Amino acid sequence: MATLSERILDAPAGTCVDRKVDRAFVHDGTGVLTLGTFREIGRDLAYPDRISVLFDHLAPANTSVTADLQADLRRFAREHGLSFSDVGEGICHQLMGEGHVLPGELVIGADSHTCTLGAFGAFATGVGATDMAAIWATGETWLRVPETIRVELVGRLGGMAEPKDLALSYVGRLGMDGATYRALEFVGEGAQTLSIAGRMTCANLAIEAGAKAGLFYADEVTRRYLAGFGHNVSVQHPEEGEYAREMTIDLGGIEPVVALPGRVDTVRPVTEVEGTPVDQVFVGTCTNGRFEDLERLAALLQGKRVRVRTIVVPASRRTLLEAVRTGVAERLLEAGVTIGPPGCGPCLGTHLGVIGEGEVCLSTANRNFTNRMGVGGEVFLGSVATAAATALAGALTSPEGVP
Amino acid sequence: MRLRGPAILLPADVDTDLIIAGRYLRTRDPSTWVAHAFEDLDPTLAGRLAGTVLVAGPNFGCGSSREQAARALRDAGVVAVVAPSFARIFFRNAVNLGLPVAEAVLDCSEGEMVELDLAAGLVRAGTRPPVACRPLSQRMQAILEAGGLVELLRRGA
Ligand code: SF4
Repeated sequence: MATLSERILDAPAGTCVDRKVDRAFVHDGTGVLTLGTFREIGRDLAYPDRISVLFDHLAPANTSVTADLQADLRRFAREHGLSFSDVGEGICHQLMGEGHVLPGELVIGADSHTCTLGAFGAFATGVGATDMAAIWATGETWLRVPETIRVELVGRLGGMAEPKDLALSYVGRLGMDGATYRALEFVGEGAQTLSIAGRMTCANLAIEAGAKAGLFYADEVTRRYLAGFGHNVSVQHPEEGEYAREMTIDLGGIEPVVALPGRVDTVRPVTEVEGTPVDQVFVGTCTNGRFEDLERLAALLQGKRVRVRTIVVPASRRTLLEAVRTGVAERLLEAGVTIGPPGCGPCLGTHLGVIGEGEVCLSTANRNFTNRMGVGGEVFLGSVATAAATALAGALTSPEGVP
Repeated sequence: MRLRGPAILLPADVDTDLIIAGRYLRTRDPSTWVAHAFEDLDPTLAGRLAGTVLVAGPNFGCGSSREQAARALRDAGVVAVVAPSFARIFFRNAVNLGLPVAEAVLDCSEGEMVELDLAAGLVRAGTRPPVACRPLSQRMQAILEAGGLVELLRRGA
């Protein structure tokens, strides 16, 4: 009788455990610091075959300093036979989710959005560079097994609502620290109606409520998705457990929402801020840059033209390829969209779509902190459909009722 | 471990983007992070951090896992950070880097002398009565006492 986190970490909530890590990964940003610290520790890699290095944050490099830092990490990864994915392959969380994370695994990433991979029934959480360097050196990490908040999803998303609206809504309900030190577990028949892409979006925002992890139980949907990558996995069944808190969300009641600039938990129906002019629309990131998202955007833009600059950054090479093969990329380009290379793109405000002083962006990402996408710029967070309606109108617009 | 320094008060939900903005992360020179710490919150703060205790509102260090945030504060000479709660990645990063952090609800005004006794788990501001900090796990205490996780591992732990 236990929560999924307790089952995977094999200890009751509240205990501190040392555990062998099944998959450890860094990106070009945190990887540089990790490598520096790993060298200071002065040991050999414990399990090189469990470590991945994925370039996504400043990919391709934006300055010669970045390029030099990346060159060092690239050389290290190759020399030590680490699983390495270079610029253009995509965002670490998406790539790990393309068949490299399995139910029941302990996955540690040097990035806060590692919680995305809880979508597969794994315990996945983010750490900083020093913790990661220690994992490189020892193969293990220590964790406090978290208490769990059980989020029961009932019904089905209706109208133009998306998993992103669900995600923003639960962060709004919990608040930015409402789940700090805890895990979120998404259960119920409503959870099973969500696709893998939708579950990743939902788990991705767990950290925005402070959670250590956001988990879905592996079911038939998970099984089928992972079978596509050659894995044969078993489903996980929820047991009665002790929960720190329980909440129920009726998916049928979810409507298109945005988070207002500055805080992810100031969530309002799009209709309340409709008409706010925007300068840029951005669709992408580890939250909403998957094929399903691009396909939806293309369908909503088909035959029309965007009225503000609209940047689309696919989450991975596979995503972009699928968009090219299916004509989705063509429809986006015809609608006036700019497509960037797979990766994080403008999400962290360092290249490729930084916004200027006083500019407003509607982004499908997960963070809208002050100056996140550029000094003096403001970021609203919303769904893909809201991004489409907003791009077509040039101002924040609810997708409900847009022909 | 006993520590002291004048308080700098900070609001709730200070995220790691605010501690050190993304645009300064890529550099070979870690002093960049010290120079630009808190720039988007208050550009005068970076120059005043040495020797102080940061007394912040709840959820300090939320957001990105960037270790440069804790690193900037440590390297700037911040003595300790006190807050009612921390985001967990920042908390771990701080301890791993040897920057003392204490979870406590501390009544305190700007500039008031703050004293911490981490072994006893107490913190006080000025002449007010001391308040208890949430105890650190033994593991975290050991890391802090060693001066950080790297030191601990180098000693063969
Ligand atoms: S897309 Fe944005 S949130 Fe996701 S890993 Fe990249 S920078 Fe972080």
